[in-house]
Amino acid sequence: MHDTAHAHAGQHAAPTSFIRKHVFSLDHKVIGKQYYGLALAAVLIGMFLSWLMRLHLGWTNLAIPGLHLLTKNGAPGDVMTPEFYLQLMTMHATIMVFFVLTTAPFAAFGNYFLPIQVGAEDMPFPHFNMMSFWVTFVAFLVLMSSFFVSDGPTLGGWTQYAPLSAVGQVGGPGEGAGVVLWALSIAIFCVGQLLGSLNFITTTLDMRTRGMSLWRLPLSAWGWFITSVMGLTAFAVLMPACILLILDHVAGTSFFVPANTVMNDQMQPHSGGSTLLWQHLFWFFGHPEVYIAIVPGMGIVSHVLVTNMRKPMLSHRVLVYAMGALAVLSYMVYGHHMFVSGMNPVSSLVFSFPTLVITIPSTIVVLIWMGSLYGAKLRINSASLFALGFISMFIAGGVSGFFLAQPSIDIMLHATYFVVGHFHLVMGVAAMFGIFAGTYFWFPKMYGRMMNETLGKIHFWCSFVGAYAIFMPFHYLGLAGNVRRYQAFAPEYMQPLIPLHKFITIAALFTGAAQLVFVYNLFVSRYKGEPASDNPWQATSLEWSTPTTPPPHNNFGDTLPVVYHDPFQYGVESSTGDYVMQTSPEKASAHDES
Amino acid sequence: MATTVHEPPKIEGQRDPSQSHGGFNSGGQDLVPGNLPAVKRYSPPPASTGIWVVLASITMTFAAFTSALIVRQGSALDWRHLTLPNILYVNTLVLFASSFALEMTRRRIRVVAGGLKADSVDASRWLYAALTLGLLFVVGQYIAWAQLRAQGLYLATNPNSSFFYVLTAVHALHVLGGLGGLLRVIRKMGNSTLRKSTLDATAYYWHFMDGLWVYLLVLLWMKL
Ligand code: HEM
Ligand SMILES: [Cu+2]
Repeated sequence: MHDTAHAHAGQHAAPTSFIRKHVFSLDHKVIGKQYYGLALAAVLIGMFLSWLMRLHLGWTNLAIPGLHLLTKNGAPGDVMTPEFYLQLMTMHATIMVFFVLTTAPFAAFGNYFLPIQVGAEDMPFPHFNMMSFWVTFVAFLVLMSSFFVSDGPTLGGWTQYAPLSAVGQVGGPGEGAGVVLWALSIAIFCVGQLLGSLNFITTTLDMRTRGMSLWRLPLSAWGWFITSVMGLTAFAVLMPACILLILDHVAGTSFFVPANTVMNDQMQPHSGGSTLLWQHLFWFFGHPEVYIAIVPGMGIVSHVLVTNMRKPMLSHRVLVYAMGALAVLSYMVYGHHMFVSGMNPVSSLVFSFPTLVITIPSTIVVLIWMGSLYGAKLRINSASLFALGFISMFIAGGVSGFFLAQPSIDIMLHATYFVVGHFHLVMGVAAMFGIFAGTYFWFPKMYGRMMNETLGKIHFWCSFVGAYAIFMPFHYLGLAGNVRRYQAFAPEYMQPLIPLHKFITIAALFTGAAQLVFVYNLFVSRYKGEPASDNPWQATSLEWSTPTTPPPHNNFGDTLPVVYHDPFQYGVESSTGDYVMQTSPEKASAHDES
Repeated sequence: MATTVHEPPKIEGQRDPSQSHGGFNSGGQDLVPGNLPAVKRYSPPPASTGIWVVLASITMTFAAFTSALIVRQGSALDWRHLTLPNILYVNTLVLFASSFALEMTRRRIRVVAGGLKADSVDASRWLYAALTLGLLFVVGQYIAWAQLRAQGLYLATNPNSSFFYVLTAVHALHVLGGLGGLLRVIRKMGNSTLRKSTLDATAYYWHFMDGLWVYLLVLLWMKL
C-alpha cells in the first residue's frame, strides 16, 4: 500500500482546460456550485412570476407594462387573461418545487459538502454526478422553452391533475405542447435526481474516511443521506407517471382520460382511463417530495445551530432517528392529498392516521431544537438567525397540518388558501430559510470570503417579517372560503377579502425586493468580501479542516483526514478553545458518544 | 475536563480498491488505529453498493407501472384479453442463456495486477456470447411487437396493448443499458483495468434483468 490516491474510486486528476474545470466538471464542488447557480436563476424567475400573479390578484384589470412580451395571446393590452394567470402559477410552482427547493438544499449544498463532510475526495461516480447536473439543466431548459412554443406553458398546476392534463389542446392554452414539455422536463429531472441520489447514497455508505462512523456524521450529512434515499424511491415513481402522461398525449393511449369525457363541448376520443391513477402516482411521489425539500434544510439548520450554540443537540441520535422516521412515514401518508378526490372514504381514514402519526417525529425534531436552544448562548449571525427563522416557519406552517390531516376538517379547507398558507410556510419559506442559513454559513468555505453580516441581518429581518405578512393572512383567507388558483374574486362573499389581497401583494413586492439585498451581498462578497480563514466559525466538522479555503481539487491534499470525534465537540476545553475538531486526536470530552 | 493528547494513528495509504474488498484477496487489512473502534475494515468499493441502489430504484419504477396496470384494469370495462406472442417464451430462454454465459465468464477470469483478466480465450468467448444473446433478446422483443402490430394491436388500441408495449419497451431499454455495461466490461478486460466490483455489478444487473423479465411475463400473462 502506498500513500498515493491514484487508485481511489472517486479520484480523478485535476482538470486543466476551462471546459473541464468549470463547465463539464467532474468535481463535486463545481457541480454543487453549478446546482446553486441554477437554483438561483430559477428562484429569481419563479419570484418574478409570483410578482406578476400577485399584482393581478390585488388589481385584477391592471395593465402590467411589457407583459405581452411573455406570451402570445395571454395578455391583450398587457392585462393578464385568466388562462395566462394559471400558466404563470403552474410555472411558478414547478420552478420553485423542482428547480429550487429540490436543487438548492439537496443537490447544491449536498454535492459540495457531503463528500467533504464524510472525508472523501469526491463522489464515487463523478461522471454520473456531472450528468446529474447537466440533465437537470436540460430539464430546466425544456420547461422554460414552453414559454416560447405554440400557446405557452401548461396551466394545469404543479400537480397536473388528469383529465385536464391529458386531453391535450382542447383543455386550454398550454394543455397540448405545454403539458408534454412539462412532463418531459420532469421526467428528465427525475433522471438527474436519481443519478444524484445514487452518488449521495454510495458516498455516505462507502466513502467515509477512517474513523468516520455513521454516528460521527454531522447532521447535515444525515439530512442529505436520508433525502437521497427518499429521492431514489420518489423520483423512480414520478418518472413512469410522466411517461404515461406523455403517451396519452402523443400516442393516443387512455391511461388517465375516462371514457365519455366531454371537454369544451367536445367528446374526447379516449376510453376508460383513470383520473385517480394520476393522483395516486403523483402523490406517492409528491408527499415524499415535500420532505425531500425540507429534510436537507433540517440537517443544515441543525448543523448551523450546533456550531453557533457551542453545544451538542439534546440528542444527536434521536434527531437522526426522527428525520429517518419522517422519511419512512412520508410514504404512507400521501393519500391525505386526496381526501376529497372521490376515493373510498375508508382510505381517507386509513391515510389520516399515519398523517397524524407523522406529526410526532416532526414535533420531536422541533422539541430537540427548542430544548437545545434553551439556555444556550447562541451566537447571533445571519446563519443562525435564518436557522431560527427556519424553526419558526416550520412550526407556524406545521400547526396547520394538524387541521388538514383530519378528513372532516379538510373537506372545508381543501383547495383553499389555507392549504396554500400551510405549504408556503412549512415548505416554501422554511426551506428557503434553510438555503439562506446554509449560504451564510458555508459561503466562506466555498469562496474564501465572508459575506456581509449587516446586509445579512437586514435580509433576515425583512424576510422574516415579510414572509409572515404574506403567508399568515392566507390562513384567514382560506377559512373565509377563498378558493386557491382563482385569478379573480368575483363572488360576492370574496369582495371583502380584496383589500387583504392588496396588502399581501404589497408585502410580497417588499419581501421580494429584500431578496435582492441577498443577491447583491452574494455577488459583492464573492469578489470584495473580507477574506475568510479556514475555519471562521470555529466549527468541528471536516469541511473546516481542508488544507486551503476553498478546498483544493481533491479536498484534503495528499492524505485523507482521520476522524477521532463526534462532530459536536463544543463547550469543551482544548488547546484550540472551546471545541475539538473531528480530525484532532486530542481527547477532550464529557459527551463523546463514540 | 482533562485534556489528554493521544498518539496519532499511523496514516495508512488510502483505500486501494484492487486489493481490499471482499474480492479475490480480501483480508489482511486490519489497520485499526489506537482508539478508533468504529473503523473495522476498509469500506467496499462503491460499485458493489451502487448496484443495489440502482436495482432498488428500477424495482420502484416497475412497481409503479404494476400498480398503474392494476388500477387501470379496475377502473373501466374496456379491459380485453390479449394472447401473448409465443416468441416471448423463446426470448426468455435466450435471456437466461445470456446470463448463463456471463456466469461462465465470471468463472474464467483471474486477477492481474489490480485488474481482472480473462484466464483463457474461453472467457472472452463466453462474454461475447452473453452480449450476442442479449442483443438477440432485444431483437426477439422487436419481433414480438411486430407480430402484435400485424394483428392490428398498436400502442393505443386498448389498455392491454398499451401496457404490453410500455412494460416491454421500458424493460428492453434497461436491457440495452445492460448491454452497454457488458461492452464496458469487454473494453476494460481488454486493457486489464476491470475491477471485480465492476464485473460483479454488471452481472447482478444482468441477472436482475432476467428476474424482472420473468416477473413481467407472469404479470402480463395473468393480467392481459
Ligand atoms: C406536521 C405535519 C404535516 C401534516 C399533518 C400535513 C398535512 C397536510 C395535508 C392533510 C395536506 C392536504 C391539504 C389539502 O390539499 O386539502 C397538506 C398539504 C400540503 N403539505 Fe402538509 N402536512 C405536514 C407537514 C408538511 C411539511 C413538512 C411540508 C413540506 C416540507 C408540507 C407540504 C405540503 C404541501 C406542499 C401541500 C400541498 C400540496 C398541494 O396541494 O399543492 N406539509 N399537508
Ligand atoms: Cu402531504
